[in-house]
Amino acid sequence: MGKLPRRTDAGMEPVGQAVIIDLPSPSSLKVEERGRSKRYRSVTPYLFLLIPVTLLAVLTYVPMVETFFLSFTRWDGFGQTPLTFIGLQNYIDFVTRPEYYGVLFVSVYYLVGAFVQLAIALYLATLLSSSTRFRNLFKGIIFFPYLLNGVAITFIFMFFFRPEGVLDSFLGIFGANPANNPLWLGDRSLINISLAFVSVWRYMGLNFVLFLGAIQSIPPETVEAAQMDGANKWQEMRYVIMPGIRPILGLSLILAIAGSLSVFEIPYIMGDGANGSMTFVIQTVDTAFKYKLYGLATAMAAMLLVMILLVTWVQRRIIRDDPVELI
Amino acid sequence: MTAMDEPSGSVFRDEAESKSQASLPPKALPKAKHRRRRRWPGPKGALFATLKYGSLLLVCLVIILPITGTLMTAFKTHKEYFDSNPMDPPANWLNFDNFFTAWNSGNMFSGFVNTAIILAISLVGTIIIGTMAAYAIDRFSFRGKRFVVFLFLLAAIVPSVTQNVATFQVVHFLGIYNTRLSAIALYIGTDIIAIYIFVQFMRTIPVSLDEVALLDGASHWWIYRHIAFPLMKPAIVTVLIIKGVAIYNEFYIPFLYMPNPDLNVVSTSLFSFNGYFGARWEVIAAGVIITMIPTLILFLGLQRYIYSGLTRGTTR
Repeated sequence: MGKLPRRTDAGMEPVGQAVIIDLPSPSSLKVEERGRSKRYRSVTPYLFLLIPVTLLAVLTYVPMVETFFLSFTRWDGFGQTPLTFIGLQNYIDFVTRPEYYGVLFVSVYYLVGAFVQLAIALYLATLLSSSTRFRNLFKGIIFFPYLLNGVAITFIFMFFFRPEGVLDSFLGIFGANPANNPLWLGDRSLINISLAFVSVWRYMGLNFVLFLGAIQSIPPETVEAAQMDGANKWQEMRYVIMPGIRPILGLSLILAIAGSLSVFEIPYIMGDGANGSMTFVIQTVDTAFKYKLYGLATAMAAMLLVMILLVTWVQRRIIRDDPVELI
Repeated sequence: MTAMDEPSGSVFRDEAESKSQASLPPKALPKAKHRRRRRWPGPKGALFATLKYGSLLLVCLVIILPITGTLMTAFKTHKEYFDSNPMDPPANWLNFDNFFTAWNSGNMFSGFVNTAIILAISLVGTIIIGTMAAYAIDRFSFRGKRFVVFLFLLAAIVPSVTQNVATFQVVHFLGIYNTRLSAIALYIGTDIIAIYIFVQFMRTIPVSLDEVALLDGASHWWIYRHIAFPLMKPAIVTVLIIKGVAIYNEFYIPFLYMPNPDLNVVSTSLFSFNGYFGARWEVIAAGVIITMIPTLILFLGLQRYIYSGLTRGTTR
């Protein structure tokens, strides 16, 4: 770092050591420095941002604008039939036809699952924040599913839940007869509960690690001070630990709600949302790529986007010290 | 980084002590510690201990059970699979036939090659572009900065799966449909979290370093390359891990944009097992285990970085 850079831009006179010594006073040095960087500042940041912002524009904002644009049209995505403007018709279709909007109720299963997931994660994080035997082993096992491939997880659980599969066989150890067990994935009233369980299984470890990290970043002195003041475990939890993990709890909450609205991968891989496991996002994707109803599909995408922005906005109003703060 | 793995001290001490008593061979501990731990924690402590370890063991059982079933099935012959219970251990733990079948007939080799190519290019691209953006956003004040930051923030919230309906048209228009470039461009271009992590980290690097170099006549490009970039190493490791895992596991982007079977990645090659090996669960199970091996190795080797990276990535 100490060595001088080679000159990179020919036009710029390097401000070497000698120049600094020549300067009469520190204050004028400052002025000089500021003037110089100002010249720089006019172009440099734009050059640095050129590629990232171009990619952002082309791959995120063009599609976003296109989504809203197409949502007011009828189009098959191929240009075989011309694109026609139909105003709000796609949105009206969606909210008035149960075969479309009904799919939103499936999110409720995942939402409940997400709350269970956060509760278990918080419980385990408080347990493991105290000294524990085999702590790293427990932590590793709890977290590991989060790293697994979604396709692998889907197959693992198809095999787990199938008739006379792993679960039935395990319950058999306790004397349950597989013939009397419900069809975990075959029963329409059960499939979403089973799938919500898979989602908890997969993502709980992430919440757990984040909570644990937050709890451990609370200075031990704070906790000790509370104990010396005679706080019991519950008070310690309520007044010392909870405030410490509030930001991450808030963030996990939005992710949980947004996540349960946008469930996709596992039910899609398992069978394209068959047997009552259809979710909002699978339906959006199928509407576009399977049924070629791009207008309706983009209207659904737009509604999901608005819903998620709304959730985020509400969360930000409620929890002020939001960690999602870039500048 | 290490602080996370250290016990947080005296928070629930008596409970913790009683715990260790139950499960650990006394020999394993240094003597002084041993004596302290032997103390009977009292009925309340013992109850806490039972509850704590009981719930931990229960959770671990629930997590491991589904994987165990798949793992054991992967070593069974087809006949054995039909004749046995999923929870019966295989007759021969060294029967690797299913793994060979999965690897050869399931096209997994090309899946790993394609994943490796896409992974390498996307990671390099993400890091260069992300650090450049972070350098510009953190170190300069310029017109439109707030707007640019807002664009990045908003993009981080947008649900990416539904975006695909419209992104599909853009990818077609760019002429990169059914090429590896489509996945690479999407991984690099739509990754906002990396930029966010880099900006957070950039802030902790003192500006005075830049100023000294500026006075020495360095250009901003030089400062970025020789000062900012090397100092960002911890954040780069974080992004490599988070992003690497995400790309390795991504299913829908390759599935949608690269339907050509020669371009299959690990996820999509495993996905096609569903059709190829319909009722041959023992082969599917072997394929599943094969995809898990790199993840397991990465996890065991980089545990610490993964935990601290995730914590840093999301909270700071």
